Amino acid sequence: MNIEIKDIQKRFGDFVALHRINLAIRQGELLALLGPSGSGKTTLLRIIAGLEQPTSGAILFGGDDLVGQSLRERKIGFVFQHYALFRHMTVFENVAFGLRVKRRRERPGEAEIGKRVRRLLDLVQLGPFGGRYPSQLSGGQRQRVALARALAIGPRVLMLDEPFGALDAKVRKELRRWLRGLHDEMGLTSVFVTHDQEEALELADRVVIMNGGRIEQIGSPESVYEQPASAFAYEFLGNVNRFECTISNGEAVFPGGTISVSEDVVHNGGEAIAYVRPHDIEVFSGPAIAALPATVRYISAAGPLAKVEVAAADDRLIEIELARPVLRALALKVGSLVHIRARKARVFRRDTEPSPGEALSMRGEGRYPEQATPPAPMWHI
Amino acid sequence: MAAETKAPASGPAPASAAAIDEPAWVRRLLIAVGLVFIGLFLVLPLVAVFVEALSNGIGAYLAALRPPDALAAIRLTLLVAAIAVPCNLIFGVVAAWAIAKFEFTGRSLLITFIDLPFSVSPVISGLVYVLLFGAHGWFGPWLVANNVQIIFAVPGIVLATIFVTFPFVARELIPLMQEQGTEEEEAALSLGANGWQTFWRVTLPNIKWGLLYGVLLSNARAMGEFGAVSVVSGHIRGLTNTMPLHVEILYNEYNFVGAFAVASLLALLALVTLVLKSLLEWRFGHELAASRH
Amino acid sequence: MFARFLPRRAPSVLPGFGPALGFALAYLSIIVLMPLAALVLRPAELGFSGFIAVVTQPRVLAALRLSFGASLIATSVNAVFGLIVAWVLVRYNFPGKRIVDALVDLPFALPTAVAGVALTALYAPNGWIGRILHPLGIEVAFTPIGVVVALVFIGLPFVVRTVQPVLQDLDREVEEAAASLGASRWQTIVRVILPAILPALLTGFALALARGVGEYGSVIFIAGNMPLVSEIAPLLIVIKLEQYDYAGAAAVGVAMLSISFVMLLVLNLLQRWHRGR
Repeated sequence: MNIEIKDIQKRFGDFVALHRINLAIRQGELLALLGPSGSGKTTLLRIIAGLEQPTSGAILFGGDDLVGQSLRERKIGFVFQHYALFRHMTVFENVAFGLRVKRRRERPGEAEIGKRVRRLLDLVQLGPFGGRYPSQLSGGQRQRVALARALAIGPRVLMLDEPFGALDAKVRKELRRWLRGLHDEMGLTSVFVTHDQEEALELADRVVIMNGGRIEQIGSPESVYEQPASAFAYEFLGNVNRFECTISNGEAVFPGGTISVSEDVVHNGGEAIAYVRPHDIEVFSGPAIAALPATVRYISAAGPLAKVEVAAADDRLIEIELARPVLRALALKVGSLVHIRARKARVFRRDTEPSPGEALSMRGEGRYPEQATPPAPMWHI
Repeated sequence: MAAETKAPASGPAPASAAAIDEPAWVRRLLIAVGLVFIGLFLVLPLVAVFVEALSNGIGAYLAALRPPDALAAIRLTLLVAAIAVPCNLIFGVVAAWAIAKFEFTGRSLLITFIDLPFSVSPVISGLVYVLLFGAHGWFGPWLVANNVQIIFAVPGIVLATIFVTFPFVARELIPLMQEQGTEEEEAALSLGANGWQTFWRVTLPNIKWGLLYGVLLSNARAMGEFGAVSVVSGHIRGLTNTMPLHVEILYNEYNFVGAFAVASLLALLALVTLVLKSLLEWRFGHELAASRH
Repeated sequence: MFARFLPRRAPSVLPGFGPALGFALAYLSIIVLMPLAALVLRPAELGFSGFIAVVTQPRVLAALRLSFGASLIATSVNAVFGLIVAWVLVRYNFPGKRIVDALVDLPFALPTAVAGVALTALYAPNGWIGRILHPLGIEVAFTPIGVVVALVFIGLPFVVRTVQPVLQDLDREVEEAAASLGASRWQTIVRVILPAILPALLTGFALALARGVGEYGSVIFIAGNMPLVSEIAPLLIVIKLEQYDYAGAAAVGVAMLSISFVMLLVLNLLQRWHRGR
């Protein structure tokens, strides 16, 4: 089922939760709505599901406009963040609920309901738990009951609000993999909301990055990670080092060094921020061309990548990730003097920098249209 | 279906989701049913008290409050409340300290016993003291021989009032103090405070609004109690008549203005109690026990 | 020495457990337990057959039937309207909501005698409401219906105040889940909301019922107190006491308490069964 979201807008009083959202969800894909809290991702999900009405706009399901249609007619499977299981019903009754409340004409017989519920419980690996109450289940089991319950109505689309938010790390990983498998098996169009970038990048076919009631970027996990379309996306997807700089005569200047840049979009004399991922920084034990001198402050070598923190001349801390053989070859110690250089960086104009604490909706209007603009020019330090 | 969607009704958007709201007419109907019910059963009787009391004008109203019997009833009611409420206040605090701050076997049984007076008819609350202290009661002959009068006298009224208001303070304080736990008291002790200092400086400030709440409710009941007091009072005008009993006597004598004039004082007391109670709940709701009533 | 007689307790550094518990137990015993013991033991002097003879007098049976029957009817009325009031107070906004909310407690605060005379004034044939009902042939005051009216007044806050917090805490997500699974609003209310608040409703029902059975002040004015017709059990106790029939009064009291106890037990079991399911 193709879902087309056209110009959806949502206001709560004076507050605009969603600014004219346009989005096409493709048949059979697993789509992630990713963003910080307050970005409007859950509101968007709830509007698509019909739990809330948009202020304006249309939602087309295979061509039919759904806005104003009752939830019953929409047939959308919705999995709630806190599961919202009916605590006075057994697991079996929870899953059967959607079948039992169908209009008499469409309602399957008792035997058929039993058969379908048992099949679903087997599917979510809860076959023996039908007689239990939700309070007798673990978090992961409750989540799977919620999923089976949503699947019972034969939904056209499956929607999940922070599906793993309330689970501990290990269960979360397991369930994630299991859900991906289930999705591939059933081929059901699915949309899920998350604030966890790792979850979105690992699980989804496509990721929609939202911020301040707008879509910042849409793309495959690789493309949004490798080519973030905005400063916000850059900061939101993984760790990043920020270097404030000013641009003059094709050079980005910041404390501790001057970097020549091939100017394109950044105006002369403009304030800018250079973003560098920790694993995109090269470390030299001796002086190197256009490298910044720094002192090693901290080394953590637990895990596949060693984390190194160095301080530049102005005491700014810079995070670096090194493969362990590299670390060994450099023979770094706390206090070692090194030179660092960015292998790869991106510079954004200063005013596009995300500013936490400020009203996000105050940011520039319509800078990033629905589809990601071609990546801005790359700057080499 | 039209592509243009209908905007939600103007005005402040409800925080709740549109998907699970009742249609407006259902909402209005339910509000109307609720309000009519409250109006019919709660507001109208309250209004009737004042209308009846003032039916012969304000002069007649004030005159009805001046007879010595009426004044004596007011005095007795205040006296009884002034004895009963502090007694139960002290009991409530002490019992709550033992029950809420310590773990011991039989604790829930004790709480059940404290609740007992709430589940007993007011008439029975009076009856039990007659059975103990009345002329034919367990201690009756001894009391007569020693010329002590409890039933049909003020001590009986006080005892019956203590009985019916017994649980209020304890019931408010026990859940509140349980919720607050013992950490702060333990901290105070570890800092060198003694038991009394800990109680006065740590425990009491933490429970003061809950305490006031319990006192408020128990005072309203103490001043308004009818059934229990009626059984033990003997209805001696000017001596053992409390205000509610005085209302009955005047009413049975067809002195309606008099009856409703005294009743209006009690109704005012109820209104003041409600206002103070609501104020406490709004201002200090988080410092009151989670469970009400 | 003294500590040995105290109930077993978990160790605590807080002082005052012994004296506090001792005082509380002594006060409780004098004020509540001993008098109640006198009530329970007093009918013993009648013997078992004497006790049965007292409580099966037609007048006593009629009074017990009225007290429990009227309370049951009034509480059922309150279960319905109290639920509506609680729902409206929790879910909807309307002007004056806070005042209405505060007013619900009026029956707790208003002395019962005042409620009694006020209700009588309203429902007497020449009263504001009686004047409307009288021509229709409906007599409220001085009939069993009057008893029900008074008990509705007394019982309302019990139902509202037990249901209200549960309704408040009800997770709206659960209702949305039901809706997203295709349930109509009505199905959601019947299958999801009502089962969730049923235990609280039963508790409120039990409290209001117990209170109604024992209620005296607000009833005796409006009831008319005709033996065998509109005479409630607590009034019968008062009448027997005035005749110095202490044992008879205590017997009626014990009968009332026993029936109340059995009813509350049944409600309690019902609730436990519901919770354990």
